[in-house]
Amino acid sequence: MIGIVGYGSYIPRYRIRADDIARQWGRDPETVKRGLLLKEKTVPGLDEDTITISVAAAKNALRRAEIEPGEIGALYIGSESHPYAVKPSGTVVAEALGITPEVHIADFEFACKAGTEAMYVAYAQVRAELVKYAMGIGADTSQGAPGDALEFSASAGGSAFIFGKEKVIAAVIDTYSYTTDTADFWRREGAFYPLHGGRFTGAPAYFKHILGAGRAILKKNNLKPEDFTYAVFHMPNGKFPMSAGKRLGFKREQMEPGWIVPLMGNTYSASSPTAFSATLDIAKPGDLILLVSFGSGAGSDAFIFKVTERINEVREKAEKVKDMLTRSPIYLDYGRYAKFRGKIIMNE
Amino acid sequence: MPTPGYTREIPQRYRLEANKCKNCGKISFPPRLVCPYCGARNFEPTKLSDTGKIVTFTTIRVAPGRYAAYVPYSIAIIELNDGVKITTQVVDCKPEDLEIGKAVRIIFRKMYPEGKTGIICYGYKAVLI
Repeated sequence: MIGIVGYGSYIPRYRIRADDIARQWGRDPETVKRGLLLKEKTVPGLDEDTITISVAAAKNALRRAEIEPGEIGALYIGSESHPYAVKPSGTVVAEALGITPEVHIADFEFACKAGTEAMYVAYAQVRAELVKYAMGIGADTSQGAPGDALEFSASAGGSAFIFGKEKVIAAVIDTYSYTTDTADFWRREGAFYPLHGGRFTGAPAYFKHILGAGRAILKKNNLKPEDFTYAVFHMPNGKFPMSAGKRLGFKREQMEPGWIVPLMGNTYSASSPTAFSATLDIAKPGDLILLVSFGSGAGSDAFIFKVTERINEVREKAEKVKDMLTRSPIYLDYGRYAKFRGKIIMNE
Repeated sequence: MPTPGYTREIPQRYRLEANKCKNCGKISFPPRLVCPYCGARNFEPTKLSDTGKIVTFTTIRVAPGRYAAYVPYSIAIIELNDGVKITTQVVDCKPEDLEIGKAVRIIFRKMYPEGKTGIICYGYKAVLI
């Protein structure tokens, strides 16, 4: 049995309310919140980036896996906000975790599905028996242009998953990927903020790929939505995942444990992985969980997991997602938020 | 910090790796070539605890350029659970949240970037728990 042997997340303590962003740009807060179903979002501290977030999430995954860091033979990090254009985030993360030098490392980029890409390849490495354990991380300090709709959602956080054959807490039943060339959202080399196609990001992009991957993996495994206890979909806003889930035949209560976007925002590469982590926090042995990511450009990775008895042994060994989301957040006004996110031009 | 020096100090800055004297058993952090307690030169590597408590602290209101964006911020002397004392920044809190004796966890954070194009230096800081 191959699957997840340890999982962990990290969510920064800083927040900004959707009301504060709306008021800054002369928008009606209630209309924005009703339209996107977002209340607030996480903001990285001045000293946090994809690397520090990955380290924090990975340490929580190691606590639950109860393995020595040196046993991890591959480390993959998916992000839209790797701090270096040239120098892998994974090298720093691996040193901080103590898993160098016998480790294979790569950074991935595929908009919001880079995290599940990292998970997919980590799983494949274990399945190919090239390494004993492999870690896949999705982490981001997401970018959104000032005043753009993305500014209400682009947030920070990360989740890490260690794959292996022993001490499995959630077995991988199957995977499926669905990918096309769809220019719904992009950021050119050197550009600070991404651009997107507005409404084009909906039906031809998010829904086409999420529904395509979701339907295909269900059909491939001869499973129906009612066979699953939980389902997790990428969360660019509050509405899209609920709408996609309903179109696939899932009910609200199957999606609610992972529906953390109203308080967390869209953590890009960490969005669906962190929603999955929140779902594992409450899952029971025997539960089937569907995870479908989405990355602009565009593609979706789908996974079916079956939770094992071991989940009950490891769950309490690290902080849960909901606790991180609600534990004494520090709220920023728009001015401090702009400073934290480097939106203010400073002298050298 | 020049890149070679930074790279050499990764074990202590990233993973709190210290030296334990094989002669007197005292821990040196950062690691040393000669034990400051007994003069011996034989050590074994040891990893420090990542939790401890605040021994004392101060609040920085006028900071050097690299840390100007953080003001006001707190620097504390922290006694780790294995008895070793380290000095570091306590983040994700207000200066008034700190008290002598409060428990902290050591975390991995960005220290500073070397300008807009240089390397990014990482190391340890603390948060209240």
